Amino acid sequence: MTEARGPKAHERSPAGAEPVDPARPADQTPAEASGTPSAGGHPQAETPDAPPADEHLRVESQARKPAASQGPLARFGQARHLGLVAALVLLAIVGLITQPDSFATASNLVNILSLASTIGVITVGMTFVIIGGGIDLSVGALMALASVWATTLATQSYGPFVMILCALLVGAGAGLVNGFLISYGRMVPFIATLAMLVAARGLAQRMSDRKTQLIQQGNELIVELSTTRVLGLPVLVYIFALVVAVGWVLLNRTTFGRRTYAVGGNPEAARLAGIDVRRHTLLLYALSGLCCGIAAVLIMARTTTGSSTHGDLYELDAIAAVIIGGTLLTGGRGTIIGSILGLLIFTVITNLFILNGLNTSDQLIAKGLIIVVAVLLQRRSLESRT
Amino acid sequence: MVADPPLLLMRGIVKQFPGVRALDGVDLEVRRGEVHCLLGQNGAGKSTLIKILAGAHQPDEGVITLDGEEVRLVTPTAAIKLGVSTIYQELDLVDGLSVAENIFLGHEPGRLGFIRQSDANRATRDLMTRLGHPEIRPTTEVGRLSPAAKQVVSMARALSHDTRLIIMDEPSAALAHDEVANLFRIVRELTAQGVAVVYISHRLEEIREIGDRVTVLKDGRTVAVGLPAKETPTSEVVSLMTGRTVEYVFPPRRTEPATGPEVLRVEGLTVPGVVADVSFVVRAGEIVGLAGLVGSGRSEIIEAVYGARRSSGKIVLEGRPVRRGTADTVRRGMGLAPEERKAQALLLDQSVAHNITLAGLGRYARFGWIDRRREAAEARTLIETLDIRPGDPDRPVKTLSGGNQQKAVLARWLVDDRKLLLLDEPTRGVDVGARAELYAVIRKLADQGIGVLLVSSEVPEVLGLADRVLVVREGRIIHQSAADDLDEHQVLDMIMEGSAL
Repeated sequence: MTEARGPKAHERSPAGAEPVDPARPADQTPAEASGTPSAGGHPQAETPDAPPADEHLRVESQARKPAASQGPLARFGQARHLGLVAALVLLAIVGLITQPDSFATASNLVNILSLASTIGVITVGMTFVIIGGGIDLSVGALMALASVWATTLATQSYGPFVMILCALLVGAGAGLVNGFLISYGRMVPFIATLAMLVAARGLAQRMSDRKTQLIQQGNELIVELSTTRVLGLPVLVYIFALVVAVGWVLLNRTTFGRRTYAVGGNPEAARLAGIDVRRHTLLLYALSGLCCGIAAVLIMARTTTGSSTHGDLYELDAIAAVIIGGTLLTGGRGTIIGSILGLLIFTVITNLFILNGLNTSDQLIAKGLIIVVAVLLQRRSLESRT
Repeated sequence: MVADPPLLLMRGIVKQFPGVRALDGVDLEVRRGEVHCLLGQNGAGKSTLIKILAGAHQPDEGVITLDGEEVRLVTPTAAIKLGVSTIYQELDLVDGLSVAENIFLGHEPGRLGFIRQSDANRATRDLMTRLGHPEIRPTTEVGRLSPAAKQVVSMARALSHDTRLIIMDEPSAALAHDEVANLFRIVRELTAQGVAVVYISHRLEEIREIGDRVTVLKDGRTVAVGLPAKETPTSEVVSLMTGRTVEYVFPPRRTEPATGPEVLRVEGLTVPGVVADVSFVVRAGEIVGLAGLVGSGRSEIIEAVYGARRSSGKIVLEGRPVRRGTADTVRRGMGLAPEERKAQALLLDQSVAHNITLAGLGRYARFGWIDRRREAAEARTLIETLDIRPGDPDRPVKTLSGGNQQKAVLARWLVDDRKLLLLDEPTRGVDVGARAELYAVIRKLADQGIGVLLVSSEVPEVLGLADRVLVVREGRIIHQSAADDLDEHQVLDMIMEGSAL
């Protein structure tokens, strides 16, 4: 603030032009500048308008400052992501120290990314729903249902493309049902998607008769998504990256994304601004369902199966990733990048525990602690800002 | 009576809020067993005074004495302990709890955290009998009660403490006619038992019926103390309330009545229970003001026109009827600056620019893709046009002052061509200097050919800004004429007493 104020004060004050005390600091405040000239010879002319000019400058400099760095929110966002990146780096260092031979290997890193891909795609959809002020508990179950539906003998007989299409349609369709119940049926998102979680899991069990359905010969194209590598990475990682990129663009560069923030941040204001809040909510859940469909294709590729047990508790991992990433559970605020970083932190932790041969129970405890610490840190940085 | 000190004595109460001097030397004297009425226009300082009595606000200056003893009402609990209970306008009962649980909430009879429910129930039954409502049972869930019965429960809660003074903030606002009669009966019984009541109402006829003495507030000062409620003529009360000391600067009105095309035609608009059979017209370039009390139906009229509220009747925008739902009315060219700026209009965490472009976003977007450069340029232009300060488009809107936030809401509707702007209390929470600027902006918009429908609780604002005034009372338009033909006195008379010219 003093930098913006100092030079201007000198322009204004005749004291600056006069041979004044050279010992006076260059960045003196205007109050000092207009106070001392009484020795210089113009005592009365300057003083009356000095305080308002100072006030004006102060306001202006405050207003100008954030503009230079693209707004305080953007800056804050970067800082927050910085914290997540730092956490990730820290975990990598722990990995390098404890398992120098196996952690930094190409196969382990590919493994981490492949693992992250399935939940990652779901996390993108979940980020939209949560920013839009809702929650989707049914994601894991929808992924299971889509994987089962796409791998029934009947569907498989149409070939791999129809299987993929089937998974996407089942996911999006079930998401639409969620959205319809919530927006037009006025059900609480928690309840509507909880019902969907239970029902979809049950339907998946019935369809598969609780058996794991293998991908048949002739449909290996789907499996090849995980076995074919481009530049050392399996195709499914690229699919994950694509979903993240499309999600980012949709959220940050389109009217749909902007309205998602509005609907989640203040639904009444959104409605009174002429946004069709119900239709928007419906679309958010459909989007989340579609992401589950994509995730179903990825898990089919990774496991070569469709099963009603796929994706158990994925909803919790996805929600946790979104929260660690800094998205408010009350809606209206959040980022895709944050969610993905949150997810990677989770995946790397899992990986570290496995590499070090530690108990999975300890792993769960660690994850729980991380959620708490992340949220506490975010709240502190939020409070220090306002 | 003469020898006795008054029950409550407030002297020179001053309360300063950022930018506003809400109370500027208020005196109040309440005697034992009287119904003392507090009168004043919106913004006169009544609510602040009540909150000080309830212990919710602390006065910056002034002395409060109860029964001759100087007291400090530091917290709501302290006020209650001293025997001062407040019944707020919005009843603060918990719907999911029973009558008895509500009454003894926070001071449950019992020991070690275990509530002795039978004691609570018995005490509740006694209170209800005392209030003349033995039919309200202690175990009934409060959510199932009528508004009138809830009022009785609130009163019972006040009496469950050892109360000397009950403050009632517009207790009749939510009540039907016969329920008001019952309320008065209870008030009379209380005063007969020596309890004093401070009664706040906008309805003069009620004050005549129930009140003993009247204190009038205006612009944060006491302008009359202890007028006899029954004998003081209405004209005297009204002129005490009006003739404000703060003069607002209004932009010049249209020189001749608007003859432009009809932008809005409303016929037989009815919102069940709130608005009955309202018809009017707004022409291009005209500012039409709706004057009326809170709860008179004025805001509901605006919301119904905007499609944000279920209604029957005909709403025609530029010759074509509108469909229900804000998506349609906004597309057709309406814009609303709602009453509760923060709750209903703004995305507080988002930037000024994003708030401005929210409704007109489609204008900068092709197939949903936002042209961010055009968006930012347009936001910057509007920030300059309306002189929103500080002029940084990326600043979170919550850091702006009330007046500048309101300008941001107005800017939202200037993004593309609007035909009709609906402004609900556009200057609420805006300081005097910023008001003049807002008035100028609104007039400029009308001069550009936009029709404006304005709601305000402040009669001078409606009279100063609008070309034509519609007076709303109890859901009906009881009078309309050019603003020049009316003065504040006449309008207040109509609003409060329903007397026609």
